[in-house]
Amino acid sequence: MKATRDSFGEEVAQLGELNSNIVVLDADLSKSTKSAGFAKKFPERFFEMGIAEANMIGTAAGLALSGKIPFACSFGAFITGRYDQIRMSVSYNRANVKLIGTHAGVAIGEDGHSQMGLEDVGLLRALPNMSIFQPADHEEAKQIIRFVTKHHGPAYIRLTRQKMPQLYDENYSYQYGQWDVLHEGKDVALIATGELVHSCMAVNDLYKKDYSIINASTLKPIDTKLIERLSEHHKLIVTAEDHYVIGGLGSAVSECMAELGSKTPLRRIGVREFGESGTPGNLLKHFQLDAEGVHAQIQQFLR
Amino acid sequence: MPHRLCIKNFMTRQPTSQKLEENNEALSRKLRANILKMIHAAGSGHPGGSLSCVEILMTLFGSVLHFDPKNPRWVDRDRVVLSKGHAVPALYAILAEYDYFPGDWLMSLRKLGSPLQGHPDVARLPAVEAATGSLGQGLSIAQGIAMACKLDKRDSRVFCIVGDGEIQEGQIWEAAMSAPKFKLDNLTVILDYNHGQIDGRSDEVMNLEPIVDKWKAFNWNVLEVDGHDCEALQRVLPTQVPGKPTFIVAHTIKGKGVSFMEGVIDWHGKAPNDEELAKALKELGQ
Repeated sequence: MKATRDSFGEEVAQLGELNSNIVVLDADLSKSTKSAGFAKKFPERFFEMGIAEANMIGTAAGLALSGKIPFACSFGAFITGRYDQIRMSVSYNRANVKLIGTHAGVAIGEDGHSQMGLEDVGLLRALPNMSIFQPADHEEAKQIIRFVTKHHGPAYIRLTRQKMPQLYDENYSYQYGQWDVLHEGKDVALIATGELVHSCMAVNDLYKKDYSIINASTLKPIDTKLIERLSEHHKLIVTAEDHYVIGGLGSAVSECMAELGSKTPLRRIGVREFGESGTPGNLLKHFQLDAEGVHAQIQQFLR
Repeated sequence: MPHRLCIKNFMTRQPTSQKLEENNEALSRKLRANILKMIHAAGSGHPGGSLSCVEILMTLFGSVLHFDPKNPRWVDRDRVVLSKGHAVPALYAILAEYDYFPGDWLMSLRKLGSPLQGHPDVARLPAVEAATGSLGQGLSIAQGIAMACKLDKRDSRVFCIVGDGEIQEGQIWEAAMSAPKFKLDNLTVILDYNHGQIDGRSDEVMNLEPIVDKWKAFNWNVLEVDGHDCEALQRVLPTQVPGKPTFIVAHTIKGKGVSFMEGVIDWHGKAPNDEELAKALKELGQ
C-alpha cells in the first residue's frame, strides 16, 4: 500500500540525481505533495514559492522556457484553480512544465470539499497540448514521473493522498496513451482511473464477477482504439473515477464513443455533487465509489 | 557562433552623443509610424500603450541588450518579456528594425496565419520571449527565466515591461514578493507608467500610488525615469544592485508622439482610420 504522492516524491528525488535540469517548485505544501524529499536533497534546485500558486506556475513556465524541467506542485484543486496561468503561461507557451496535483477526489477525507481536486481533469483536458496522467499504484506512478521527464510538453499528473494497493511490479511497462487491460472479462467493461481501479478489481473479487477492467492511467490522450474494441465486445461500458463525471474520464469516453457512433450503452460512475468531510472510507462509501457502491450502480445500470 | 552583440559595436547609428540624439529622434518617429501603419492595416490594435513604450524598447535594444537577430534563441542573450502583451506592435517594430524578420511582415499583423499575432506568441515568433496578453503573467515568467539564468550561471539579464493597469493584477504582487526573496539582481521590471487603461485613468480605475513606496517596501531597488528621454533611459536601464531586483518607474505619455492621441484614453485600443493615419504620419514627418 502506498500513496502515489509518496511515489512521486521518491521518484523525483531520484531523477534529480540523473538530470540536473529538473527543478521543483512548491507553494507551502511540500510536506503534503512530498516534494520535500527533493528540497532536502537539492536545495539549490528547489523553490519554495509560498502560498502563491499563480506566481509559482508562471515562474515554472519561465524556467521551462529556459530549458529547465520544472515540477510545480500543490493540491490538484489549488493548482488547476490557477487556470489562466496554466492556459496562458504554460499551455500557450508550449512550456515543458510538469504540474503535480495531489489530493485528488473525495478520498482525501476530513479536510472536505475545499481541498478536493474534483474538476481538475475537466479543466485541463480542454487545453490542446496538455497531457494528463493518473497512476493507479506506486510502480505506475514512478514510471509516469520518469515518462513525463522525457516527454516534452505540458503535463498534469493527478495523485492521491490515500494509499492504494499494489497493482504492478517492475515488469510492468507504462505506455503513453495506451490503457492497461487488467482483466479481460465479458459483458461489462469497467474503465477506471486511480482509486476506482481498485474498487472495480474488488467488485470482480467480492461479487464473483467477470467484468473487463481497464486502468485508464493516461487521461489525455485517451486510448480510442481500446474504447472502440471494448464497445464492440461488451454490452455495457462503465467509467469510474473519483472526479466529477462532467469533464473527466466519463466525459472523455462519452465523447469518444459518440464520435465512433457506438451503439453500446455507456454509464458514468463518479462524483456529481460537492464533496464533504468524513473519513476516506466513509466518503468513498457515501459517494458509491467503493466496491459495494460500484457494484450496486452496475446492477442498476444492467436492470 | 553566437557572440555577445552590442549595438555600440555594430550599428553606425551613434558615433557621437549629439548624433545619437538626432538619430534617436528619427528612429522613434519611424517606429511610431510603423506602429500606426500596422495597426491601421490590421484594423484593430492598441496604439496608446504601444506608442508610450517606444523609447524604452529603443534604448533597450539600442544600448543595453546583448542579442543576435540571426540566432534569436542564442542562450546567452538578454531577454525582454513584454508582459503588457497588447503593446506588441512596438516590439514588432523594433524587432523588424533589427532585422529579426523582414519589414514587410509588419503589415501582416493580426492577419490569419501571421507570426505577428495580436499578442505575442513565442511558438510562432521565436524572436519574442514568451506568449503574454493575459495581463499580470509576464513578470512571473521573467522571474523563472532569471532563476534559470542564475542556475546556469549565465550573465544574461532579464527585462520585463509591465503596464500600469496591468499591475492591478494580484499575480504581479506575488512576484513582487518572490523576486527579492530569490535575490534576482539580473531581473529588471520597467513600468510603462502612462496613466491610462481601457476604462479610464489608472488612478481612477484603481489607484496605484504610492507606487515607488510600494515596490521599495517589497525590497526592490526602485528608480524613476522620464520614459521618453533616451539619454536618461540609457543611464537608468542598465542599473543593477547586487542581491536585489530593480523596478524602474518610467513616466510616459499614452499615445506619445501623435498630438491627438496623447493622453486620450480612447486610443488605448482602436485603430486609426485613413484620415487619422495620414494626419499622424504627417506629424511624425513620415
